[in-house]
Amino acid sequence: MSIELKNVTYAYGTESAYETVALAGISLKIPDGQFVGIIGHTGSGKSTLVQHFNGLMRPTRGQVLFDGEDIWAEGYDLKHLRSQVGLVFQYPEHQLFETDVLSDVCFGPKNLGFSQEECEELALDALRQVGLKEKYYKLSPFELSGGQKRRVAIAGVLAMNPKMLVLDEPTAGLDPKGRDDILDKIKELHETRGISIAIVSHSMEDMAKYVERIVVMNHGHMPFDGTPREVFSHYRKLEKIGLAAPQITYIMHVLAEKGMAVSTDATTVEEAKESILKALGH
Amino acid sequence: MLKDITIGQYYPAESPIHRLDPRVKIVATMIFIVSLFVAEGWAGYLISAFFLGMCILLSKVPFGYIVKGLKAIVILLCITMFFNMVFTPGDPLVQFWRITITVQGVRMAVKMGVRLIFLIIGSSLMTLTTTPNQLTNAIERLLKPLGFIIPVHEIAMMMSIALRFIPILMEETDKIMKAQMARGADFESGNLVKKVRSMVPLLVPLFISAFRRANDLAMAMEARCYHGGKGRTQMKPLVYRWPDYAAYAAVWGYLGVCIAVRIVL
Ligand SMILES: Nc1ncnc2c1ncn2[C@@H]1O[C@H](COP(=O)(O)OP(=O)(O)OP(=O)(O)O)[C@@H](O)[C@H]1O
Ligand SMILES: [Mg+2]
Repeated sequence: MSIELKNVTYAYGTESAYETVALAGISLKIPDGQFVGIIGHTGSGKSTLVQHFNGLMRPTRGQVLFDGEDIWAEGYDLKHLRSQVGLVFQYPEHQLFETDVLSDVCFGPKNLGFSQEECEELALDALRQVGLKEKYYKLSPFELSGGQKRRVAIAGVLAMNPKMLVLDEPTAGLDPKGRDDILDKIKELHETRGISIAIVSHSMEDMAKYVERIVVMNHGHMPFDGTPREVFSHYRKLEKIGLAAPQITYIMHVLAEKGMAVSTDATTVEEAKESILKALGH
Repeated sequence: MLKDITIGQYYPAESPIHRLDPRVKIVATMIFIVSLFVAEGWAGYLISAFFLGMCILLSKVPFGYIVKGLKAIVILLCITMFFNMVFTPGDPLVQFWRITITVQGVRMAVKMGVRLIFLIIGSSLMTLTTTPNQLTNAIERLLKPLGFIIPVHEIAMMMSIALRFIPILMEETDKIMKAQMARGADFESGNLVKKVRSMVPLLVPLFISAFRRANDLAMAMEARCYHGGKGRTQMKPLVYRWPDYAAYAAVWGYLGVCIAVRIVL
């Protein structure tokens, strides 16, 4: 399974008086099993980009290939694609509608034509995997807290057994613990199910900690694409486009300037700790 | 997906028409509509066409953009013209089966068609050059003398909130549709029953979000001590300037010419 965008351009409002180019010639390939992070300031085109992955948006120009096949070719089964590439939107409120959590999670598999029993099995499986407690399954999704709603939303997509999971700011509006919980669950899914993950986030710390590759968006362009270490080494340039490296990277740079023999490319607290201890001769 | 709907669409541009006081534009539109029913014969329609053409030119709104608004009434237009053609008694022009098209009928149909087209173009020119906020503002001011019978301010406030919410709810609908499509929902295929049923996953989140928004807005207004129209002044009150008087003169003059032409010819 792989997704490839070839020179994709997308403009909003092509038929009205205001036209906004949200993506300007993006080429990107996400191979099987990768954990990718997408960062960029507000309005840089991240949400637009991820909606191209499962064919919710049709590029104004350019191609989107899934397993080497053009998804906009005549007769391509988009519904199948959407079951393979699961997309969870920024706001869980946009998709919850059933009277209880379990039936809401069943909605996806039901659309794929599974029987009632199979649906429930898949739904229970997904709910367990996102770590939602059993006592909530029969509650109305609207009675849950923000973090719980988000879990239900993720489970709703996960229940379709996608080969790739795309999450648009899954941690927005959550407390630090809820954030770590969700991200740990996502990492776990990545490891146990072996699915690829693409995650949109504003937190550099989270990115450094979880992802293996970072894609930076800026005004519809993609100025950086590489491992967190590579991308954050451009921290001066990142600042120019309204982003920053993790705070720990700044500390390491200051320490290095002060003459301490630490490596400046540490991006997580763990790496920094090791590097500092080594420099201190422990 | 929903980009074809163009309710209350505003075309931003820098033009004398855009800068006019919205009250002038509402009154002028009404006068123009009256003039369409005054005007008779080719001379009358030529004058109306000339007046409308000048306004369009001054407004800097591309002509194609205005004509797009006509698409919505094509069916209405065809029906009106057809019935006028068929049901007007007079000298027969063409006759087949039980339908008789008369000379008078054709004349009437053309007249109605022209009137309807001008009417739509004229009023869309108003909404294209005036923001919904300006419009409600102007309506509030124009209806002020009726303040003792109807709660003018409250009605205007409700109108502007409703207009403000249309694009928000459309965007929300689009987002919810996508979120459900990502879960394999299908809004297009199937028979009527299936289509209606497939609306549930769309309507429930939409209603919940609309109620939540309404609630939030009421709360925010109360937090800022909103208490209705009594004793409320405006931040930017509407004031007439010389171009507004000139526009009034032009439009009344135009109506005068229409009446004169009608009497003379
Ligand atoms: N429905 C729309 N109509 C018109 N323009 C839009 C629409 N949605 C987004 N845009 C524009 O496209 C650009 C990219 O938007 P997008 O939502 O992809 O940004 P984003 O990176 O996801 O931002 P955020 O971090 O705020 O979620 C923005 O400039 C935005 O104004
Ligand atoms: Mg976004």
